[in-house]
Amino acid sequence: MKKVAMTGNVAVANAMRQINPDVCAAYPITPSTEIMQQFSTFVANGQVDTELVTVESEHSAMSACIGAAAAGGRVMNATSANGLALMWEMLYIAAGNRLPIVLSCVNRALSAPINIHCDHSDSMGARDSGWVQIYAENAQEAYDNTIQAVRIGEHPDIHLPVMSCMDGFIISHSIENLDLLDDQQVRDFVGPYNGTAYPLLDVANPVTYGALHLQDYYIESRRQLHEAHKRAKNVVIEVGREYGKLSGRSYGLFETYKMDDAEIGLIALNSAAGTAKVVVDEFRAKGIKAGLLKPRLFRPFPYLEIADALKGLKALCVLDRADSFGAAGGPLFIEVRSALYDLQKRPVTINKIFGLGGRDLGLDDLRKVFEELTTIVDKGPKSLYEYITVRE
Amino acid sequence: MAAIKLKELSKKPDLLTGGHRMCAGCGAPIVVRQVLMAIDEPVIISNATGCLEVATTIYPYTAWKLPWIHSAFENAAATISGVEAMYQSLKRQGKIPADQKIKFLAFGGDGGTYDIGLQALSGALERGHDFMYVCYDNGAYMNTGIQRSSATPFGADTTTSPAGKVLQGKTQKRKDLTRIALAHGVPFVAQASPHNWKDLITKVQKAMSIEGPKFMNIIAPCNRGWRTQTNDAIALSKLAVDTCFWPLYEVVNGVATVTYNPKKNRRPIVEWLKPQGRFKHLFKPENEWMLAKFQELVDENWRSVVGMHNASHPGETIDPEEGKSW
Ligand SMILES: Cc1ncc(C[n+]2csc(CCOP(=O)(O)OP(=O)(O)O)c2C)c(N)n1
Ligand code: SF4
Ligand SMILES: [Mg+2]
Repeated sequence: MKKVAMTGNVAVANAMRQINPDVCAAYPITPSTEIMQQFSTFVANGQVDTELVTVESEHSAMSACIGAAAAGGRVMNATSANGLALMWEMLYIAAGNRLPIVLSCVNRALSAPINIHCDHSDSMGARDSGWVQIYAENAQEAYDNTIQAVRIGEHPDIHLPVMSCMDGFIISHSIENLDLLDDQQVRDFVGPYNGTAYPLLDVANPVTYGALHLQDYYIESRRQLHEAHKRAKNVVIEVGREYGKLSGRSYGLFETYKMDDAEIGLIALNSAAGTAKVVVDEFRAKGIKAGLLKPRLFRPFPYLEIADALKGLKALCVLDRADSFGAAGGPLFIEVRSALYDLQKRPVTINKIFGLGGRDLGLDDLRKVFEELTTIVDKGPKSLYEYITVRE
Repeated sequence: MAAIKLKELSKKPDLLTGGHRMCAGCGAPIVVRQVLMAIDEPVIISNATGCLEVATTIYPYTAWKLPWIHSAFENAAATISGVEAMYQSLKRQGKIPADQKIKFLAFGGDGGTYDIGLQALSGALERGHDFMYVCYDNGAYMNTGIQRSSATPFGADTTTSPAGKVLQGKTQKRKDLTRIALAHGVPFVAQASPHNWKDLITKVQKAMSIEGPKFMNIIAPCNRGWRTQTNDAIALSKLAVDTCFWPLYEVVNGVATVTYNPKKNRRPIVEWLKPQGRFKHLFKPENEWMLAKFQELVDENWRSVVGMHNASHPGETIDPEEGKSW
């Protein structure tokens, strides 16, 4: 294993090089552009066997990925924001056809107003599409998740597409020191492709993909997708454990940071978790029992395990880097709060929407949140759901 | 290329089986069968959403005896791009036998091709995948109930271009998709019609012998949308050609050839319009100008197709006025 300095995008591109997918589609959009750009040089230099389809849109990117995966091989792709939004129709079709495509989503805000920086409105908008979604705090995790995503999606128990997310610019464009596995280790870990049960290219055994399912069959097909998501949780655990043996970095459903005896806690996805850990340490130093839970797997949402990990808390704040306009909170909050409902004793739970369009989340912002948490246990929250890091 | 014998063709297995649930007398399955008859290698199809797709694959049934994928409406070309890319990749890597020959086809209706799928088609033609896109043009969005598309003829009464008190059907002329495909500089572009099966099959066979992206536009009468009888798809496709509404031609590596010149069979456009309920209002006395305009549009298009032919064949020119006896 070697330590190297690279950006999140370059780390993901290198994971893809090591995986050596059979087909990739490429279409530029900031901040994910660099992944497929870097990967194109691997193709041009013969470092991979990949057939690169330089499509004319993200809709066609996902359509080509669907055709390629149904044909019977390993398929990867990357996008962000508007690109993911343009793919939206095809995301559902990839999942409905149970094609284990891996998509690297470099999280960026959706328009309007147009913006190129990080928030999670893109991947959160796709959360009901039937894709497995995994989130990464830093470039190391983004690299590790990309490799695991291949194994997760292709697992015979599930056959599902996997979206591997990291924060645009904050992670995609920041240089980090990270460990890369050896190329051979990655190739052995992902193994030969076995993710398409009925490949189109098997012309001796013709199959029909994408038939019309009416009232008499559609719901059974969706039910199968639902059941696959139920099984996905164990697949993620199994693959994370095996990856840990290989790399020394084990992965599960989420990460807890100083949660064992915590009384007040935060939940944050992706890079915000790094900032939160610093503030947890500060409060711990002051004798306040603070903790953090960083979800890794968002789809399927491991609600039982998350509720169990939060049950000792007195007060909790869920940080959402996306809004669900008009709802009773941000998307992560809605999931977490629902997960807590069945606990005998629930923490007082509030929601802060932060960092939309790349607005920085500072230590001070989180200090204020923790201070608020220390007061609301007795007094109750002054507001359930509000914006922070915002100009009033 | 060996001579095409109907007797031999009739012995080929039907890859689109009977009982497919398209309307009786629909032109589209005839088109598909003729295309498939022309190909000896295994074929994989990507099919855009539309009548052909919806009616032939009502789960748990499928009428297709070959590998077939429908993913969405606007992306038959992008989807087949992915299938073909995987074939190229696996072949290059030795994961499928080097001598495994497969032909890749995309089928889309006019709505799925002229309109919503134009971008994906353009992208796939430009990238140079080894595939053929076949548009079966029935002149409207039939599956959703006969809405106008950019392929709908001038004056046609559709559910979104109805003949009313003020407007008399579609006010615009058709888009020339065949020429748009040609503008991509692809090695093979053609128009065909199911009544002339020999011409259609010859074109498909020629296309299959050429590597790279290919495009065929094939007229496919729809008795529901055209408001005609269920037994006149072939007669109406023949009339479409003899009136020069639907010229039969091909452009192979830049050489344009009109493959059928109606000459003495040439008919005025009214003969094609008259049997079709969608053009009924054109025959009201106050709409006479529309018939004249329709004829003008047809003549203009024929002159320009003939112009391409004449430029390619200076020794065998066609007179675009030939056969105009009315
Ligand atoms: C993105 C999208 N928009 C609209 C539709 C609805 N739709 C399904 S089939 C169809 C009409 C297809 O028309 P055409 O391509 O001409 O084929 P035809 O039905 O005439 O054979 C439409 C509009 C759809 N399925 N997807
Ligand atoms: S509506 Fe028209 S195109 Fe559709 S199946 Fe019927 S005849 Fe064919
Ligand atoms: Mg149509």
